[in-house]
Amino acid sequence: MSTAASPAKAGHSGAEGTDAGTTVIQDSTCTFCGCVCDDIDITVKDNHIVDAKRACVLGKAWFYNHHADDRPSCLIEGRPASVAEGVERAARILTEAKYPIIYGLSDTTSEAQRVAVGIGDTIGGTVDTTTSVCHGPSGMAFQDVGEVTCTLGEVANRGDLIIFWGGNPAESHPRHFSKYSLMPKGMFVPNGRKDRTAVGVDVRKTKTAKAMDLFFQIKPRSDFEALWTLRALAKGIDIDPEQVKNDTGIELSRWQDLMVRMKAAKFGVILFGMGLTMTRGKHLNSEALLCLVRDMNAFTRFVAKPMRGHGNVTGADNVVTWQTGYPFGVNMSRGYPRFNPGEYTTSDTLARREADAALLIACDPMANFSQPAREWLKSIPYIALDPKDTPTTRSATVAFTTATYGINTPGTVYRMDDVPIYLRPAFPSSHPSDFDVLSAIQRRVAELKT
Amino acid sequence: MTSGYFKIAGGTVYDPLHGIDGERRDIWIRDGKIVEPPSDPEVRSDRTLDASGLVVMPGGVDMHCHIAGPKVNSARKMRPEDKRKGEKVVRRAGTRSGTVGSVPSTFATGYKYAGLGYTTAFDAAIPPLAARHVHEEFEDTPCLDKGFFVLMGNNHYVMQSIQRNEPERMRSFIAWLLGAAKGFTPKLVNPGGVEVWKQLPSGNVHGLDETVANFGVTPRQIIEQVARAVDELSLPHSVHIHCNNLGMPGNWHTTLETMKTLGDARGHLSHIQFHSYGGGEADETTFNSKAPPLVEYVNTHPNLTVDVGQVLFGETTTMTADGPLGYYLSNAFKSKWFSSDTEMESGCGIAPIEYKNTSLVHSLQWAIGLEWYLLAADPWRVVMSTDHPNGGSFLAYPQIIQLLMDRTYREDMLKQVHPAVLERSTLGGLSREYSLYEICIITRSGPAKILGLKNKGHLAPGADADITIYTPNDDKTRMFELPRAVIKSGVVIVDQGEIREPLTGKLLYVSPEYDTGIESDIAEWFEKYYSIRFRNYQVPLDYLHEAEEVPC
Amino acid sequence: MSERFILIPGRTSKQGCGVSEGKFDDGYQNEINTLQVAPADMKRMGLANGDRVRVTTESGRQIDVAVTAATGDELPPGLLFIAYGDLSSRLMDGETHGSGMPTSKGFDVTMEKLG
Repeated sequence: MSTAASPAKAGHSGAEGTDAGTTVIQDSTCTFCGCVCDDIDITVKDNHIVDAKRACVLGKAWFYNHHADDRPSCLIEGRPASVAEGVERAARILTEAKYPIIYGLSDTTSEAQRVAVGIGDTIGGTVDTTTSVCHGPSGMAFQDVGEVTCTLGEVANRGDLIIFWGGNPAESHPRHFSKYSLMPKGMFVPNGRKDRTAVGVDVRKTKTAKAMDLFFQIKPRSDFEALWTLRALAKGIDIDPEQVKNDTGIELSRWQDLMVRMKAAKFGVILFGMGLTMTRGKHLNSEALLCLVRDMNAFTRFVAKPMRGHGNVTGADNVVTWQTGYPFGVNMSRGYPRFNPGEYTTSDTLARREADAALLIACDPMANFSQPAREWLKSIPYIALDPKDTPTTRSATVAFTTATYGINTPGTVYRMDDVPIYLRPAFPSSHPSDFDVLSAIQRRVAELKT
Repeated sequence: MTSGYFKIAGGTVYDPLHGIDGERRDIWIRDGKIVEPPSDPEVRSDRTLDASGLVVMPGGVDMHCHIAGPKVNSARKMRPEDKRKGEKVVRRAGTRSGTVGSVPSTFATGYKYAGLGYTTAFDAAIPPLAARHVHEEFEDTPCLDKGFFVLMGNNHYVMQSIQRNEPERMRSFIAWLLGAAKGFTPKLVNPGGVEVWKQLPSGNVHGLDETVANFGVTPRQIIEQVARAVDELSLPHSVHIHCNNLGMPGNWHTTLETMKTLGDARGHLSHIQFHSYGGGEADETTFNSKAPPLVEYVNTHPNLTVDVGQVLFGETTTMTADGPLGYYLSNAFKSKWFSSDTEMESGCGIAPIEYKNTSLVHSLQWAIGLEWYLLAADPWRVVMSTDHPNGGSFLAYPQIIQLLMDRTYREDMLKQVHPAVLERSTLGGLSREYSLYEICIITRSGPAKILGLKNKGHLAPGADADITIYTPNDDKTRMFELPRAVIKSGVVIVDQGEIREPLTGKLLYVSPEYDTGIESDIAEWFEKYYSIRFRNYQVPLDYLHEAEEVPC
Repeated sequence: MSERFILIPGRTSKQGCGVSEGKFDDGYQNEINTLQVAPADMKRMGLANGDRVRVTTESGRQIDVAVTAATGDELPPGLLFIAYGDLSSRLMDGETHGSGMPTSKGFDVTMEKLG
């Protein structure tokens, strides 16, 4: 039934230049963060990456620490097993469960994501991705009001007023400034940084704040009020200076000055992060920002861009959407997709003790989820796929060590701005890919379900 | 011992390309193709489908719809409410689940099209930067052969080549770009206008001779030169144009000018209904139909083809590469609004819409679409479409067929729309009824021919074995909603409404020759302005599941 | 003596590198097991680098963690920062308020010096 293409297609490992046992692969793609830089030249020696030209500190750590190892490809209850045994056990766990969930998917190829959603369909499970604990709230805001956005090349070529709100790209997306948002000499910003005004809005004076021309250190948990202050200013609505100072910690005059600059910009950009989605208000914070940007388009061109954290979380949104119609938190228990954040999202299905089995791919909820969710996860049978040894894999009933996408396996990923990029792997791995393992599970699950 | 033949026996066959108008004939299929009957009369088919009394047509060809890629997917994402109460596509043993609404999910799209007897569909507007996304979605859109048109009307390299008066360079670039994306033809959407939108708030062009700032070219130049390049490259399909000023009262002038600009060059003007409006400068109160003079021009200029872009009443989603149009619509309807500008290439606007029969404008839009069909002299050059989902869902095609074939049905609906339609259009006086032969032309034979697909849209040996079998019914909506069987590549994929075998289908693309010397120039420009690497832009053939190059 | 603060968990370069280097390695473990406190708050509460504190949320979730002074004026007084990891997760409640996202930043907490 599924004809999902294997990502192991010929012609994509662009190995060039071999010299004394080393190979250089140009235009390789780093998938650690949402920047998905595809201009990395990596040098491979003895199945180790020894150089990653142009990679940032996170990218270097990514490339240098994913090398061939001889860990078992499969552990069942902590004991080495064959992949086939692991697949069998995984398929049984998933088909015997009443409310199986599938979660993660942000650090794997879209080819693998497509198979994972297919498994969810076959078992009538719930499919969710790390989006639900990242920019899921922004996705909900987008469903309410829409979004005005662009690809990153537009930011590089046109953006002259760049606002970073509730994020710290200097530490989370180190090459963003130089590659996309502040430094590039673009078509309409030929002097690069000099043609741009950089503005930061955050509660801490982070490394990012120090790179800004203007910084607004707002009161914690006042993003909503700050954004609505700007919306009021954009529309010329009178607001009480005392209330603004009280609510946001910043003088109204400073916000007024910012609005003047925003209206004077040729192409304004607001890049926003977890400071909005993870704090009180959540999707209402994101919504306020998306509305502000939409409002600004009456005066000048303005766009918003959520800063996506992982290499292919955008791909996860895309794949789940095109296959089911909904981006995350999708339940298929009744044989067709239903969507409801808060009901079908994984933080909830775990914390409320509804899930009785899980398939976790390329994620680490045992490290990152809430305490009640983690406690429940520990108590249910689950399968984990990850190239690394993590708290999640250590407590899994079935743990697969899989090949690393972009380093060992080819495949498609989507950058934070939805641009699809194909991965050039550096060297093969002895471990199976996520795609291989998931395809095997899907086949077995389909057999068990008939 | 098997013969490998599959026979469709004794159906009432319609094959307008070969002048066959409801004749009782057999059709022989082998290895996915329609073939001559075996020369040895002793040879039996392995399988025979008795089509006595049933209507047999080539599989449907939708040459202009929006079914895949970043724009379509953003619309899906943006509209969960559109699907919650809509039809559910339930998972079965061999098929995936999905959702419908106005922008169906991919598997649902394939099953639903196949369910109507369609076997080929072309996405109308893709920015080449997103080509891989489209190819991935296409792989998850079963039952159809597919292709897409590549947005070029606001492409920086194209505009700069025109400005520098370098037509050979532009032509080579177009050829390179089509091969790089594995697309089918250049698509011009509001040429020049989207670039102005990127530069200015509410920016747009309002006439063919306005100059696009910073590029020094006019829409007229873009249209004329790209059309010429397409003909010089001998592409199977002509340039495909979404004219400037879509939706604006008085825009028929722009449309007529666009047609004249094409001269003798081939040109396809899409969703022409949206471009056929009379009236004052942005003044809706004098909004009226100018379909008659435009139809007359098309009638007398055989180099031109159109698809209608029929509006149907109800809720749907507008989605277009025409960025400023999306902004305009969302302001007009106070709806949520998605916009995305793709670097160097295009824009995109999405806004929900509800067409109401109480609205004068919407009623006129509905009427103008029908005028186009009913006034057109040559059904081979006026194709049925709703610009899915902009005017309505492709699921409404059977209803359009009934409106064209059944005058009474049409007149009943006319009574329920805004009465001004009677004064402001000619629809009230049009009594023409389409025959099955003509329906066959406007839904399969015509679009296949316009696309230059020699193996589609007909039933002679050599054609792909894409065949739809309908049970005759006076209720034409019913007849076309539920084919008796649908055959794709010689396989019965739909049988009495059930999906039997959802094949993936293949990608149809062109790869015209060009002077490879241009690549270093393209690469230099690319590396300067694009945010991905030149080497990572092109889609190699082995990325595709199954593809067929259509020769130039 | 217990004082009220707002806790912000977040990403850091070191934590990000640690994800690749290995979540059980020292680099990652040290980074996620350290609480940053504004220098003025450190001084007032008599805290030195390496001292341990107890941080408790409004719903009673609790962690014991070592502190370190934030650099310069990076952290305003009244705010605490910790890199994402096991400790910050221990403080997260399950409630997502119908959004799918548990509150993960901006916790109201109390902090007291231990021992």
